Amino acid sequence: MTRAPASTTSAAVPISRLERVLRSGRFAVTAELDAPDSADPADVYKNALVLAEVCDAINATDGSGANCHMSSLSCCALLTRAGYEPVLQVSCRDRNRIAMQGDLLGAAALGVRNVLCLTGDDVTNGDQPEAKRVFDFDSIQLLQVARTMRDTGVFLSGRKLSTPPRLFLGAAENPFAPPYDWRPRRLAKKVAAGAQFIQTQYCFDVPMFERFMRGVRDLGLHERVFMLVGVGPLRSVKAAEFMRTRVPGVWIPGAIMERLKKTPPKQQREEGIQICVEIIQQVRQIAGVHGVHVMAYRQEETVAEIIQRAGLFPRRASAAMPAAPASELSLTDVPFV
Amino acid sequence: MVRTPMKEARRAPGSEWLKNHPRLLEVAYIVSKRLIKLGYPLARKLAPRLAERTMVRSEELVKGYAFNCQMCGQCILHSTGMTCPMNCPKNLRNGPCGGVRANGHCEVIPEMPCVWVQAWERSQRMLIYADEIQVVQPPVNRALQGSSAWVNMLDGVDTRTPKGWQPVEQ
Repeated sequence: MTRAPASTTSAAVPISRLERVLRSGRFAVTAELDAPDSADPADVYKNALVLAEVCDAINATDGSGANCHMSSLSCCALLTRAGYEPVLQVSCRDRNRIAMQGDLLGAAALGVRNVLCLTGDDVTNGDQPEAKRVFDFDSIQLLQVARTMRDTGVFLSGRKLSTPPRLFLGAAENPFAPPYDWRPRRLAKKVAAGAQFIQTQYCFDVPMFERFMRGVRDLGLHERVFMLVGVGPLRSVKAAEFMRTRVPGVWIPGAIMERLKKTPPKQQREEGIQICVEIIQQVRQIAGVHGVHVMAYRQEETVAEIIQRAGLFPRRASAAMPAAPASELSLTDVPFV
Repeated sequence: MVRTPMKEARRAPGSEWLKNHPRLLEVAYIVSKRLIKLGYPLARKLAPRLAERTMVRSEELVKGYAFNCQMCGQCILHSTGMTCPMNCPKNLRNGPCGGVRANGHCEVIPEMPCVWVQAWERSQRMLIYADEIQVVQPPVNRALQGSSAWVNMLDGVDTRTPKGWQPVEQ
Protein backbone atom coordinates (compact mmCIF):
# COMPACT_ATOMS: atom_id res chain seq x y z
CA MET A 1 0.00 0.00 0.00
CA THR A 2 1.37 3.35 -0.96
CA ARG A 3 0.24 6.77 -0.13
CA ALA A 4 -0.18 9.34 -2.83
CA PRO A 5 0.70 12.90 -1.96
CA ALA A 6 -1.86 15.62 -1.73
CA SER A 7 -0.67 17.06 -5.03
CA THR A 8 -2.91 14.47 -6.69
CA THR A 9 -5.82 16.84 -6.35
CA SER A 10 -6.24 20.44 -7.21
CA ALA A 11 -8.52 21.13 -4.26
CA ALA A 12 -7.10 21.47 -0.79
CA VAL A 13 -10.00 19.62 0.78
CA PRO A 14 -11.11 16.21 -0.53
CA ILE A 15 -14.22 16.51 -2.66
CA SER A 16 -15.66 13.06 -2.05
CA ARG A 17 -15.59 10.34 0.54
CA LEU A 18 -13.72 8.13 -1.90
CA GLU A 19 -11.05 10.80 -2.28
CA ARG A 20 -10.88 11.12 1.50
CA VAL A 21 -10.28 7.40 1.91
CA LEU A 22 -7.61 7.38 -0.79
CA ARG A 23 -5.85 10.43 0.56
CA SER A 24 -5.85 8.98 4.06
CA GLY A 25 -3.66 6.18 2.71
CA ARG A 26 -6.14 3.42 3.43
CA PHE A 27 -6.44 0.66 0.86
CA ALA A 28 -9.65 1.59 -0.94
CA VAL A 29 -12.32 -0.77 -2.19
CA THR A 30 -14.84 0.16 -4.83
CA ALA A 31 -17.36 -2.17 -6.42
CA GLU A 32 -19.51 -2.23 -9.50
CA LEU A 33 -23.28 -2.13 -9.24
CA ASP A 34 -25.27 -3.88 -11.93
CA ALA A 35 -27.80 -1.33 -13.10
CA PRO A 36 -31.17 -3.10 -13.15
CA ASP A 37 -33.47 -3.68 -16.10
CA SER A 38 -36.25 -2.26 -14.05
CA ALA A 39 -38.01 0.97 -13.15
CA ASP A 40 -38.20 0.03 -9.49
CA PRO A 41 -35.75 1.88 -7.22
CA ALA A 42 -35.86 -1.08 -4.83
CA ASP A 43 -33.86 -3.08 -7.37
CA VAL A 44 -31.04 -0.51 -7.19
CA TYR A 45 -31.07 -0.49 -3.39
CA LYS A 46 -31.15 -4.28 -3.22
CA ASN A 47 -27.98 -4.49 -5.32
CA ALA A 48 -26.32 -1.61 -3.48
CA LEU A 49 -26.94 -2.95 0.00
CA VAL A 50 -24.66 -5.98 -0.31
CA LEU A 51 -21.86 -3.81 -1.70
CA ALA A 52 -22.16 -0.84 0.65
CA GLU A 53 -21.11 -2.76 3.72
CA VAL A 54 -17.73 -3.63 2.31
CA CYS A 55 -16.71 -0.85 -0.05
CA ASP A 56 -15.92 2.85 -0.07
CA ALA A 57 -17.81 3.73 -3.22
CA ILE A 58 -20.19 2.10 -5.66
CA ASN A 59 -19.77 2.46 -9.42
CA ALA A 60 -23.01 2.72 -11.36
CA THR A 61 -22.31 1.41 -14.85
CA ASP A 62 -23.36 3.35 -17.93
CA GLY A 63 -24.87 0.87 -20.34
CA SER A 64 -22.11 -1.66 -19.66
CA GLY A 65 -21.18 -3.75 -22.66
CA ALA A 66 -23.41 -1.42 -24.70
CA ASN A 67 -26.45 -3.13 -23.21
CA CYS A 68 -29.46 -1.11 -22.20
CA HIS A 69 -29.96 -0.78 -18.42
CA MET A 70 -31.12 1.90 -16.01
CA SER A 71 -28.89 4.93 -16.63
CA SER A 72 -25.86 5.60 -14.47
CA LEU A 73 -27.06 9.06 -13.52
CA SER A 74 -30.40 7.75 -12.29
CA CYS A 75 -28.77 4.98 -10.28
CA CYS A 76 -26.43 7.56 -8.74
CA ALA A 77 -29.32 9.87 -7.90
CA LEU A 78 -31.06 7.02 -6.09
CA LEU A 79 -27.85 6.12 -4.30
CA THR A 80 -27.04 9.63 -3.09
CA ARG A 81 -30.64 9.98 -1.92
CA ALA A 82 -30.05 7.05 0.40
CA GLY A 83 -26.68 8.37 1.54
CA TYR A 84 -24.47 6.02 -0.45
CA GLU A 85 -21.26 7.11 -2.16
CA PRO A 86 -21.64 6.50 -5.91
CA VAL A 87 -19.23 6.83 -8.81
CA LEU A 88 -20.97 8.12 -11.93
CA GLN A 89 -19.72 6.37 -15.06
CA VAL A 90 -19.92 8.51 -18.18
CA SER A 91 -19.36 6.78 -21.47
CA CYS A 92 -18.69 8.75 -24.66
CA ARG A 93 -20.59 6.21 -26.72
CA ASP A 94 -24.14 7.45 -26.20
CA ARG A 95 -24.09 11.19 -25.67
CA ASN A 96 -22.66 14.22 -27.37
CA ARG A 97 -20.81 17.07 -25.66
CA ILE A 98 -23.94 19.07 -24.91
CA ALA A 99 -25.61 16.18 -23.08
CA MET A 100 -22.48 15.17 -21.20
CA GLN A 101 -21.73 18.62 -19.81
CA GLY A 102 -25.35 18.92 -18.75
CA ASP A 103 -25.16 15.54 -17.02
CA LEU A 104 -22.04 16.55 -15.11
CA LEU A 105 -23.83 19.58 -13.71
CA GLY A 106 -26.91 17.53 -12.90
CA ALA A 107 -24.88 14.84 -11.22
CA ALA A 108 -23.11 17.34 -8.99
CA ALA A 109 -26.47 18.93 -8.13
CA LEU A 110 -27.77 15.50 -7.11
CA GLY A 111 -24.86 15.03 -4.75
CA VAL A 112 -22.67 12.84 -6.93
CA ARG A 113 -19.00 13.59 -6.20
CA ASN A 114 -17.11 10.96 -8.22
CA VAL A 115 -17.08 10.64 -12.00
CA LEU A 116 -15.41 7.98 -14.10
CA CYS A 117 -14.79 9.16 -17.67
CA LEU A 118 -14.90 6.30 -20.17
CA THR A 119 -14.68 5.77 -23.90
CA GLY A 120 -17.28 3.01 -23.73
CA ASP A 121 -17.70 -0.42 -25.30
CA ASP A 122 -18.81 -0.27 -28.89
CA VAL A 123 -22.48 -0.69 -29.81
CA THR A 124 -21.62 -3.89 -31.69
CA ASN A 125 -21.10 -5.65 -28.35
CA GLY A 126 -24.50 -4.85 -26.96
CA ASP A 127 -28.09 -5.88 -27.32
CA GLN A 128 -28.77 -3.09 -29.84
CA PRO A 129 -25.96 -3.13 -32.40
CA GLU A 130 -28.09 -1.10 -34.80
CA ALA A 131 -27.64 1.98 -32.61
CA LYS A 132 -25.76 5.09 -33.72
CA ARG A 133 -22.40 5.41 -32.01
CA VAL A 134 -21.76 8.97 -30.88
CA PHE A 135 -18.15 9.33 -29.61
CA ASP A 136 -18.30 13.10 -29.94
CA PHE A 137 -15.61 13.33 -27.23
CA ASP A 138 -13.02 10.77 -26.34
CA SER A 139 -12.42 10.01 -22.67
CA ILE A 140 -9.42 12.35 -22.42
CA GLN A 141 -11.32 15.29 -23.86
CA LEU A 142 -14.20 14.54 -21.49
CA LEU A 143 -11.78 14.59 -18.55
CA GLN A 144 -10.32 17.91 -19.54
CA VAL A 145 -13.74 19.49 -20.09
CA ALA A 146 -14.99 18.17 -16.72
CA ARG A 147 -11.90 19.53 -15.01
CA THR A 148 -12.31 22.93 -16.66
CA MET A 149 -15.94 23.04 -15.59
CA ARG A 150 -14.86 22.34 -12.02
CA ASP A 151 -11.71 24.46 -11.76
CA THR A 152 -12.43 27.36 -14.11
CA GLY A 153 -16.21 27.32 -13.86
CA VAL A 154 -16.99 27.44 -17.57
CA PHE A 155 -18.55 25.17 -20.19
CA LEU A 156 -16.46 24.10 -23.17
CA SER A 157 -18.00 27.04 -25.01
CA GLY A 158 -16.54 29.41 -22.43
CA ARG A 159 -19.95 30.31 -20.99
CA LYS A 160 -19.80 30.83 -17.23
CA LEU A 161 -21.31 28.48 -14.65
CA SER A 162 -22.87 30.20 -11.65
CA THR A 163 -21.91 27.22 -9.47
CA PRO A 164 -19.21 24.88 -10.78
CA PRO A 165 -19.61 21.12 -10.14
CA ARG A 166 -17.40 19.69 -7.39
CA LEU A 167 -16.17 16.39 -8.78
CA PHE A 168 -13.43 13.86 -8.06
CA LEU A 169 -12.42 12.77 -11.55
CA GLY A 170 -11.42 9.31 -12.64
CA ALA A 171 -10.58 7.39 -15.76
CA ALA A 172 -10.15 3.80 -16.82
CA GLU A 173 -7.05 2.10 -18.13
CA ASN A 174 -6.48 -1.32 -19.63
CA PRO A 175 -2.91 -2.52 -19.01
CA PHE A 176 -3.82 -5.82 -20.65
CA ALA A 177 -4.49 -4.63 -24.20
CA PRO A 178 -2.03 -3.58 -26.92
CA PRO A 179 -0.04 -1.42 -27.48
CA TYR A 180 1.37 -2.56 -24.12
CA ASP A 181 4.47 -0.36 -24.09
CA TRP A 182 2.39 2.76 -24.71
CA ARG A 183 -0.16 2.12 -21.95
CA PRO A 184 1.78 3.84 -19.13
CA ARG A 185 2.39 6.92 -21.28
CA ARG A 186 -1.22 6.93 -22.35
CA LEU A 187 -2.09 6.93 -18.67
CA ALA A 188 0.14 10.00 -18.37
CA LYS A 189 -2.10 11.71 -20.92
CA LYS A 190 -5.15 10.93 -18.81
CA VAL A 191 -3.48 12.24 -15.68
CA ALA A 192 -2.45 15.40 -17.52
CA ALA A 193 -6.06 15.85 -18.61
CA GLY A 194 -7.28 15.69 -15.02
CA ALA A 195 -7.64 12.05 -13.94
CA GLN A 196 -7.24 11.80 -10.15
CA PHE A 197 -8.07 8.12 -9.80
CA ILE A 198 -7.87 5.17 -12.16
CA GLN A 199 -9.94 2.02 -12.19
CA THR A 200 -8.38 -0.62 -14.40
CA GLN A 201 -9.84 -3.39 -16.50
CA TYR A 202 -10.05 -6.87 -14.88
CA CYS A 203 -6.61 -8.01 -13.75
CA PHE A 204 -6.06 -11.75 -14.11
CA ASP A 205 -2.40 -11.50 -15.13
CA VAL A 206 -0.40 -10.13 -12.21
CA PRO A 207 3.06 -10.27 -13.90
CA MET A 208 1.70 -8.27 -16.82
CA PHE A 209 0.20 -5.77 -14.40
CA GLU A 210 3.51 -5.49 -12.57
CA ARG A 211 5.26 -4.62 -15.80
CA PHE A 212 2.67 -1.94 -16.44
CA MET A 213 3.09 -0.54 -12.94
CA ARG A 214 6.83 -0.40 -13.39
CA GLY A 215 6.22 1.86 -16.38
CA VAL A 216 3.76 3.91 -14.33
CA ARG A 217 6.31 4.36 -11.53
CA ASP A 218 9.08 5.24 -13.97
CA LEU A 219 6.92 8.14 -15.13
CA GLY A 220 6.21 9.12 -11.53
CA LEU A 221 2.48 8.71 -12.12
CA HIS A 222 1.93 6.64 -8.95
CA GLU A 223 2.49 9.86 -7.04
CA ARG A 224 -0.02 11.81 -9.07
CA VAL A 225 -2.93 9.42 -9.42
CA PHE A 226 -4.65 6.80 -7.24
CA MET A 227 -4.62 3.37 -8.86
CA LEU A 228 -7.50 0.99 -8.19
CA VAL A 229 -6.98 -2.42 -9.75
CA GLY A 230 -9.98 -4.07 -11.36
CA VAL A 231 -10.66 -7.57 -10.06
CA GLY A 232 -13.52 -10.01 -10.14
CA PRO A 233 -14.49 -13.64 -9.58
CA LEU A 234 -14.83 -16.05 -12.49
CA ARG A 235 -17.97 -18.11 -11.96
CA SER A 236 -17.05 -21.10 -14.12
CA VAL A 237 -14.92 -22.22 -17.03
CA LYS A 238 -17.81 -21.30 -19.30
CA ALA A 239 -18.06 -17.80 -17.85
CA ALA A 240 -14.30 -17.34 -18.14
CA GLU A 241 -14.35 -18.51 -21.74
CA PHE A 242 -17.15 -16.06 -22.47
CA MET A 243 -15.30 -13.16 -20.90
CA ARG A 244 -12.11 -14.03 -22.68
CA THR A 245 -13.65 -14.22 -26.12
CA ARG A 246 -16.67 -11.92 -26.01
CA VAL A 247 -15.98 -9.13 -23.53
CA PRO A 248 -13.76 -6.51 -25.18
CA GLY A 249 -10.42 -5.93 -23.52
CA VAL A 250 -10.49 -8.79 -21.02
CA TRP A 251 -7.30 -10.85 -20.89
CA ILE A 252 -7.28 -14.14 -19.02
CA PRO A 253 -3.94 -15.99 -19.19
CA GLY A 254 -3.77 -19.71 -19.92
CA ALA A 255 -2.64 -20.59 -16.40
CA ILE A 256 -5.86 -19.26 -14.86
CA MET A 257 -7.98 -21.07 -17.45
CA GLU A 258 -6.11 -24.31 -16.74
CA ARG A 259 -6.61 -23.92 -13.03
CA LEU A 260 -10.36 -23.54 -13.50
CA LYS A 261 -10.57 -26.41 -15.97
CA LYS A 262 -8.84 -28.74 -13.49
CA THR A 263 -11.48 -27.90 -10.89
CA PRO A 264 -14.67 -30.00 -10.81
CA PRO A 265 -17.63 -27.95 -12.12
CA LYS A 266 -19.32 -27.78 -8.73
CA GLN A 267 -16.27 -26.19 -7.11
CA GLN A 268 -15.42 -23.79 -9.91
CA ARG A 269 -17.34 -20.93 -8.36
CA GLU A 270 -15.34 -21.32 -5.16
CA GLU A 271 -12.10 -21.57 -7.12
CA GLY A 272 -12.96 -18.39 -9.02
CA ILE A 273 -13.41 -16.56 -5.73
CA GLN A 274 -10.13 -17.98 -4.45
CA ILE A 275 -8.29 -16.79 -7.57
CA CYS A 276 -9.77 -13.31 -7.11
CA VAL A 277 -8.70 -13.23 -3.45
CA GLU A 278 -5.15 -14.25 -4.37
CA ILE A 279 -4.95 -11.60 -7.08
CA ILE A 280 -6.05 -8.91 -4.61
CA GLN A 281 -3.37 -10.03 -2.16
CA GLN A 282 -0.74 -9.97 -4.88
CA VAL A 283 -1.56 -6.60 -6.42
CA ARG A 284 -1.76 -5.08 -2.95
CA GLN A 285 1.98 -5.64 -2.63
CA ILE A 286 2.76 -3.69 -5.79
CA ALA A 287 4.07 -0.18 -5.19
CA GLY A 288 1.69 2.46 -6.48
CA VAL A 289 -1.51 0.45 -6.00
CA HIS A 290 -4.04 2.25 -3.79
CA GLY A 291 -7.02 -0.02 -3.89
CA VAL A 292 -9.14 -2.50 -5.77
CA HIS A 293 -12.25 -2.18 -7.86
CA VAL A 294 -14.37 -5.33 -7.62
CA MET A 295 -16.52 -6.17 -10.60
CA ALA A 296 -18.67 -9.20 -9.80
CA TYR A 297 -21.16 -9.20 -12.61
CA ARG A 298 -24.44 -10.74 -11.40
CA GLN A 299 -22.76 -12.13 -8.29
CA GLU A 300 -22.67 -9.11 -6.00
CA GLU A 301 -23.27 -11.40 -3.05
CA THR A 302 -19.70 -12.69 -3.43
CA VAL A 303 -18.09 -9.27 -3.04
CA ALA A 304 -18.30 -9.23 0.76
CA GLU A 305 -16.75 -12.68 0.94
CA ILE A 306 -13.94 -11.68 -1.42
CA ILE A 307 -13.13 -8.55 0.57
CA GLN A 308 -13.18 -10.47 3.82
CA ARG A 309 -11.04 -13.33 2.59
CA ALA A 310 -8.54 -10.93 1.03
CA GLY A 311 -7.96 -9.62 4.51
CA LEU A 312 -9.39 -6.19 3.84
CA PHE A 313 -12.43 -6.47 6.03
CA PRO A 314 -11.36 -6.32 9.67
CA ARG A 315 -9.52 -3.06 9.04
CA ARG A 316 -12.51 -1.67 7.20
CA ALA A 317 -14.89 -2.68 9.96
CA SER A 318 -12.85 -0.85 12.55
CA ALA A 319 -12.96 2.34 10.52
CA ALA A 320 -16.17 4.11 9.66
CA MET A 321 -17.75 2.45 6.67
CA PRO A 322 -17.83 5.32 4.21
CA ALA A 323 -20.13 3.72 1.64
CA ALA A 324 -22.82 3.10 4.21
CA PRO A 325 -25.62 5.64 4.59
CA ALA A 326 -24.40 8.95 5.96
CA SER A 327 -26.57 8.74 9.05
CA GLU A 328 -24.48 5.86 10.32
CA LEU A 329 -21.14 7.55 10.32
CA SER A 330 -19.41 10.67 11.31
CA LEU A 331 -17.18 11.99 8.57
CA THR A 332 -14.91 13.67 11.06
CA ASP A 333 -13.77 10.22 12.21
CA VAL A 334 -12.08 9.60 8.89
CA PRO A 335 -8.44 10.56 9.16
CA PHE A 336 -6.88 13.08 6.82
CA VAL A 337 -3.40 13.04 5.39
CA MET B 1 -23.49 -12.15 -30.71
CA VAL B 2 -24.84 -9.97 -33.49
CA ARG B 3 -22.24 -7.97 -35.31
CA THR B 4 -23.04 -5.04 -37.51
CA PRO B 5 -21.38 -5.41 -40.89
CA MET B 6 -19.14 -2.42 -40.51
CA LYS B 7 -16.58 -2.14 -43.24
CA GLU B 8 -12.87 -2.36 -42.70
CA ALA B 9 -11.07 0.85 -43.49
CA ARG B 10 -10.15 1.01 -47.16
CA ARG B 11 -6.51 0.36 -47.81
CA ALA B 12 -5.50 1.28 -51.34
CA PRO B 13 -2.73 -0.80 -52.96
CA GLY B 14 0.66 0.57 -51.96
CA SER B 15 -0.74 2.83 -49.26
CA GLU B 16 0.26 0.44 -46.48
CA TRP B 17 3.83 0.53 -47.73
CA LEU B 18 3.72 4.33 -47.64
CA LYS B 19 2.33 4.46 -44.10
CA ASN B 20 4.96 2.04 -42.95
CA HIS B 21 7.58 4.60 -43.94
CA PRO B 22 6.60 7.41 -41.58
CA ARG B 23 9.96 9.16 -41.90
CA LEU B 24 9.39 9.60 -45.60
CA LEU B 25 5.92 10.90 -44.85
CA GLU B 26 7.00 13.38 -42.24
CA VAL B 27 9.39 14.91 -44.75
CA ALA B 28 6.59 14.91 -47.34
CA TYR B 29 4.40 16.65 -44.77
CA ILE B 30 6.92 19.40 -44.16
CA VAL B 31 7.55 19.91 -47.88
CA SER B 32 3.86 20.03 -48.83
CA LYS B 33 3.14 22.41 -45.96
CA ARG B 34 5.82 24.80 -47.28
CA LEU B 35 4.55 24.53 -50.86
CA ILE B 36 0.95 25.18 -49.88
CA LYS B 37 1.94 28.14 -47.75
CA LEU B 38 3.78 29.59 -50.72
CA GLY B 39 1.35 28.82 -53.52
CA TYR B 40 -2.13 28.83 -52.09
CA PRO B 41 -2.48 32.49 -51.03
CA LEU B 42 -1.60 33.53 -54.56
CA ALA B 43 -3.95 31.01 -56.16
CA ARG B 44 -6.72 32.17 -53.85
CA LYS B 45 -6.24 35.76 -54.95
CA LEU B 46 -6.54 34.81 -58.62
CA ALA B 47 -9.49 32.40 -58.39
CA PRO B 48 -10.79 31.97 -54.86
CA ARG B 49 -13.52 29.39 -55.47
CA LEU B 50 -11.54 27.32 -57.91
CA ALA B 51 -8.52 27.33 -55.62
CA GLU B 52 -10.46 26.04 -52.65
CA ARG B 53 -12.30 23.44 -54.70
CA THR B 54 -8.99 22.23 -56.11
CA MET B 55 -7.58 21.92 -52.62
CA VAL B 56 -10.55 19.87 -51.37
CA ARG B 57 -10.43 17.63 -54.43
CA SER B 58 -6.70 17.02 -54.31
CA GLU B 59 -6.85 16.36 -50.59
CA GLU B 60 -9.61 13.81 -51.11
CA LEU B 61 -7.53 12.21 -53.81
CA VAL B 62 -4.05 12.23 -52.28
CA LYS B 63 -4.86 11.77 -48.60
CA GLY B 64 -7.82 9.58 -49.50
CA TYR B 65 -5.48 7.23 -51.33
CA ALA B 66 -2.68 7.23 -48.80
CA PHE B 67 -4.52 7.45 -45.46
CA ASN B 68 -8.17 6.69 -46.25
CA CYS B 69 -8.71 10.31 -45.19
CA GLN B 70 -12.17 11.00 -43.77
CA MET B 71 -11.98 14.76 -44.48
CA CYS B 72 -12.43 15.86 -40.88
CA GLY B 73 -10.85 19.15 -41.91
CA GLN B 74 -8.41 19.31 -38.97
CA CYS B 75 -5.56 17.02 -39.87
CA ILE B 76 -3.32 15.72 -37.10
CA LEU B 77 -1.64 12.95 -39.13
CA HIS B 78 1.86 14.03 -38.17
CA SER B 79 0.89 13.70 -34.48
CA THR B 80 -0.48 10.19 -34.92
CA GLY B 81 2.32 8.37 -36.71
CA MET B 82 0.82 9.30 -40.10
CA THR B 83 -2.14 7.01 -39.34
CA CYS B 84 -5.55 8.65 -39.65
CA PRO B 85 -7.36 8.55 -36.28
CA MET B 86 -10.71 9.14 -37.95
CA ASN B 87 -10.43 5.57 -39.28
CA CYS B 88 -10.92 4.42 -35.70
CA PRO B 89 -14.61 3.41 -35.49
CA LYS B 90 -14.84 5.36 -32.24
CA ASN B 91 -13.14 8.42 -33.79
CA LEU B 92 -10.69 8.55 -30.89
CA ARG B 93 -8.09 11.32 -31.18
CA ASN B 94 -5.99 10.62 -28.09
CA GLY B 95 -5.05 6.98 -28.22
CA PRO B 96 -6.55 3.49 -28.14
CA CYS B 97 -9.62 2.40 -26.21
CA GLY B 98 -9.48 -0.52 -23.81
CA GLY B 99 -11.06 -2.92 -26.27
CA VAL B 100 -8.01 -3.61 -28.44
CA ARG B 101 -7.74 -7.36 -29.06
CA ALA B 102 -4.72 -9.36 -27.93
CA ASN B 103 -3.63 -9.70 -31.58
CA GLY B 104 -3.61 -5.91 -31.90
CA HIS B 105 -6.82 -5.77 -33.89
CA CYS B 106 -9.84 -3.51 -33.54
CA GLU B 107 -12.63 -4.25 -31.07
CA VAL B 108 -15.29 -3.18 -33.55
CA ILE B 109 -13.87 -4.60 -36.78
CA PRO B 110 -11.95 -7.78 -35.87
CA GLU B 111 -10.32 -8.05 -39.31
CA MET B 112 -8.74 -4.59 -39.06
CA PRO B 113 -5.51 -3.81 -37.15
CA CYS B 114 -6.20 -1.22 -34.45
CA VAL B 115 -5.56 2.24 -35.84
CA TRP B 116 -3.84 3.26 -32.60
CA VAL B 117 -1.59 0.23 -32.37
CA GLN B 118 -0.31 1.14 -35.83
CA ALA B 119 -0.18 4.83 -34.97
CA TRP B 120 1.95 4.13 -31.92
CA GLU B 121 4.41 1.88 -33.74
CA ARG B 122 4.76 4.28 -36.65
CA SER B 123 5.06 7.37 -34.48
CA GLN B 124 7.99 5.81 -32.65
CA ARG B 125 9.84 5.46 -35.94
CA MET B 126 9.48 9.14 -36.74
CA LEU B 127 12.38 11.50 -36.22
CA ILE B 128 10.76 14.89 -35.90
CA TYR B 129 7.24 14.28 -34.62
CA ALA B 130 7.66 11.11 -32.51
CA ASP B 131 6.61 12.82 -29.27
CA GLU B 132 3.60 14.60 -30.74
CA ILE B 133 1.47 11.53 -30.03
CA GLN B 134 1.55 12.58 -26.37
CA VAL B 135 -0.16 15.88 -27.11
CA VAL B 136 -3.73 15.99 -25.82
CA GLN B 137 -5.88 16.69 -28.87
CA PRO B 138 -8.90 18.98 -28.42
CA PRO B 139 -12.42 17.82 -29.31
CA VAL B 140 -13.11 17.53 -33.03
CA ASN B 141 -14.78 20.54 -34.63
CA ARG B 142 -17.55 18.67 -36.44
CA ALA B 143 -18.43 21.78 -38.44
CA LEU B 144 -15.22 21.35 -40.46
CA GLN B 145 -16.23 17.94 -41.82
CA GLY B 146 -15.71 17.86 -45.59
CA SER B 147 -13.55 20.97 -45.80
CA SER B 148 -9.87 21.18 -46.72
CA ALA B 149 -7.54 20.69 -43.77
CA TRP B 150 -4.80 22.42 -45.73
CA VAL B 151 -6.87 25.58 -46.23
CA ASN B 152 -8.02 25.39 -42.61
CA MET B 153 -4.39 25.17 -41.54
CA LEU B 154 -3.43 28.27 -43.53
CA ASP B 155 -6.36 30.17 -42.05
CA GLY B 156 -5.62 28.83 -38.57
CA VAL B 157 -9.14 27.39 -38.40
CA ASP B 158 -8.04 23.81 -37.70
CA THR B 159 -6.39 24.68 -34.39
CA ARG B 160 -9.06 27.10 -33.24
CA THR B 161 -10.76 25.66 -30.16
CA PRO B 162 -13.84 26.70 -28.17
CA LYS B 163 -13.19 29.41 -25.56
CA GLY B 164 -13.52 26.97 -22.69
CA TRP B 165 -10.92 24.54 -23.99
CA GLN B 166 -7.68 24.81 -22.08
CA PRO B 167 -4.58 23.30 -23.65
CA VAL B 168 -3.31 20.46 -21.48
CA GLU B 169 0.16 20.93 -20.04
CA GLN B 170 2.22 17.81 -19.52
